[in-house]
Amino acid sequence: MDFDLTEEQRLLKESVERLLADRYAFEQRQAYQKSPEGWSRELWRAYAELGLLGLPFAEEEGGVGGGPVETMIVMEAFGRALALEPYLSTVVLCGGILRRTGQKELLPRIADGSLLLAFAHGEPRSRWRLDHVETQVENGRVTGEKAVVLHGDSAEKLVVSARDGKGRIGLYLVDAGATARRGYPTQDGQRAAEIRLDGTPVEAVLAEDGMPLIERVVDEAIAALAAEAVGAMTALQELTVDYLKTRKQFGVPIGTFQALQHRAVDMLVATEQARSMAMFATMMAGEEDAAERRKAIAAAKVQVGRSARFVGQQAIQLHGGIGMTAEYKGGHYFKRLTMIDQMFGPADHHLERLAEAGGLFD
Amino acid sequence: MDLRFTPEEIAFRDEVRAFFRDNVPAKTREKLIAGRPLDKDDIVTWQRILNKRGWAVPNWPVEWGGQNWSPVQRYIFDEEMQLAPAPQPLPFGVSMVGPVIIAFGNEQQKKRFLPRIANLDDWWCQGFSEPGAGSDLASLKTRAERKGDRYIVNGQKTWTTLAQYADWIFCLCRTDPAAKKQEGISFLLIDMKTPGITVRPIVTIDGGREVNEVFFDDVEVPVENLVGEENKGWTYAKFLLGNERTGIARVGLSKQRLRRVKALAREVGLMDDPRFREKVAAVEVELKALEMTQLRVVAAERHRKDKKPDPFSSILKIKGSEIQQATTELALEVAGPYAMPYVPPQEGRNEPPIGPEWAAPLAPTYFNWRKVSIYGGSNEIQRNIIAKAILGL
Repeated sequence: MDFDLTEEQRLLKESVERLLADRYAFEQRQAYQKSPEGWSRELWRAYAELGLLGLPFAEEEGGVGGGPVETMIVMEAFGRALALEPYLSTVVLCGGILRRTGQKELLPRIADGSLLLAFAHGEPRSRWRLDHVETQVENGRVTGEKAVVLHGDSAEKLVVSARDGKGRIGLYLVDAGATARRGYPTQDGQRAAEIRLDGTPVEAVLAEDGMPLIERVVDEAIAALAAEAVGAMTALQELTVDYLKTRKQFGVPIGTFQALQHRAVDMLVATEQARSMAMFATMMAGEEDAAERRKAIAAAKVQVGRSARFVGQQAIQLHGGIGMTAEYKGGHYFKRLTMIDQMFGPADHHLERLAEAGGLFD
Repeated sequence: MDLRFTPEEIAFRDEVRAFFRDNVPAKTREKLIAGRPLDKDDIVTWQRILNKRGWAVPNWPVEWGGQNWSPVQRYIFDEEMQLAPAPQPLPFGVSMVGPVIIAFGNEQQKKRFLPRIANLDDWWCQGFSEPGAGSDLASLKTRAERKGDRYIVNGQKTWTTLAQYADWIFCLCRTDPAAKKQEGISFLLIDMKTPGITVRPIVTIDGGREVNEVFFDDVEVPVENLVGEENKGWTYAKFLLGNERTGIARVGLSKQRLRRVKALAREVGLMDDPRFREKVAAVEVELKALEMTQLRVVAAERHRKDKKPDPFSSILKIKGSEIQQATTELALEVAGPYAMPYVPPQEGRNEPPIGPEWAAPLAPTYFNWRKVSIYGGSNEIQRNIIAKAILGL
């Protein structure tokens, strides 16, 4: 058993953190967010140069052959920087599907940064159920509505789930330009789109029976989000402790008050428990036994969601009025953490799934 | 990063697991599973079985019977012991006074006491807390006055666990009342049979008799029973309390208890209730996170150059105690109406049980387990430690 990073992993961590420290200060981040696309093409190219966009792909597919640990390292750094780029959509979700469905010619285009993708799966009535798909595929054409598609507005191609005549949920590649899209910002400053497909032609059939693959990449995405949340929580926790040391009231730093110290400690404990479960999720993301993997990922989502809620709410409270202002970074961490809990189902949803599956220990 | 055990670690785990499976006496094991208190004989017998195998004091140096295990092996050993379940060795000798004597005692003390601790020939108890000295331990008042080659000890200790069985007590005593409160304390080893010592039981809210008051009235202690230097006892006490924190997460114990909660809940149909299932699952998630946090602390140990306790272990104490308490609360809910009948612990087991036999100890265990967030440095003290040592507040 060993929690240490390898030499290559340490180098990866250092180079991502250095890039983001140089080019993702909070003011820069706010400028990227206000740009028309809502994120930075320049940073996207920098990610490509660092090899981040081909991280999970094999070397012959233009990638670097990284695994879940490498994804964790990158996502944690993104969480700390509140990065806005469509990494989860393009690399983790769609890259995860394409590399397992023989779309090898597209992978080098993801890796070099020239192809953006979005995973169009959720629908207006599906809520968190992964198997609720009303969109239809018939004679090579897809018709239906897809809801809150992350970075669906800037994607060139979409991976769409649809039900065929036999009732199977399959995965299909379509040209995003052939759909009707309404892009919008999300609460945390990221982007998403509502997408309507009306007989949109299928460019490639990725999987006719796609549920196991959908569950698998969603589990990988949850593990990645857990790492992102840990990055954001750690930064927010540190920001709060710094504030407690500098803000003076009654003639002393407010961090000298035991009520506030203990709250800050509970934030640290919550963050570390989440970090432990993000590591557990990373370890289990590659588990072939789907039932075991699902339980582990659900457990991680529960812990991360609960920790994120606690750390976020307490950080705002301990900052007082400053925590409420839009120009302060803290509130943006809180909003991102709140949205991460929502993504792929909040803590209570996963607790219910875990409990139904018999829990973690037998 | 590879969070799985290596093949060598798995082989070690299997060896330990098989030993516990084959060697814990059946009656002891049944008591542990049911949550009934162990008697002195259960504890002594088990310690001697461990000692025969060479596993009584694995954390000690090899020359005194230790095992030179890696931090991961030590973790596996503790975890398997709790899962089996096997009795945990009494901490007072093996984890408290033993390491203090090894680190600060003289050769004569080592030869005299250490082998008898390993074999539980001497039962030790801890004389730290006093009525006026709990979290503020350094304000203790028990006085030891040097008179020639003896100390004369006067005062009172309290919360002394299992002092009714003890042959020896290690005591923090004030030897220099003029010095600053941390600087006038000495660490004395006192024979419980010395005239002037009185042990009085404290009955706890579960009805148990686990802790005691110990009174010292002109108790004569030979100066050869002073550990290390006079007035340096506070340093040794801090060393001891640091050792106490690391083992306190008790992940294996909580796993074993959750399994039992689930098994009993299935029996009474409570697992069909989604609300209860989710309460159990929520504790399981916290426990899994704690297990990973503990493994992180264990794995980081080999990178630590100093021997000081990792302040991270305070996180293990806080979460570990909260989770242990949560498991006892779940068990109470499983018991249902049969949580209510009170059976005095002293009563013989000849009486027929009221309701299912398994239900009787569950409420007392819940009551008793409120102690774990108080002892070993209360959880509030742990938060103070983290605020200072990790957050720099």
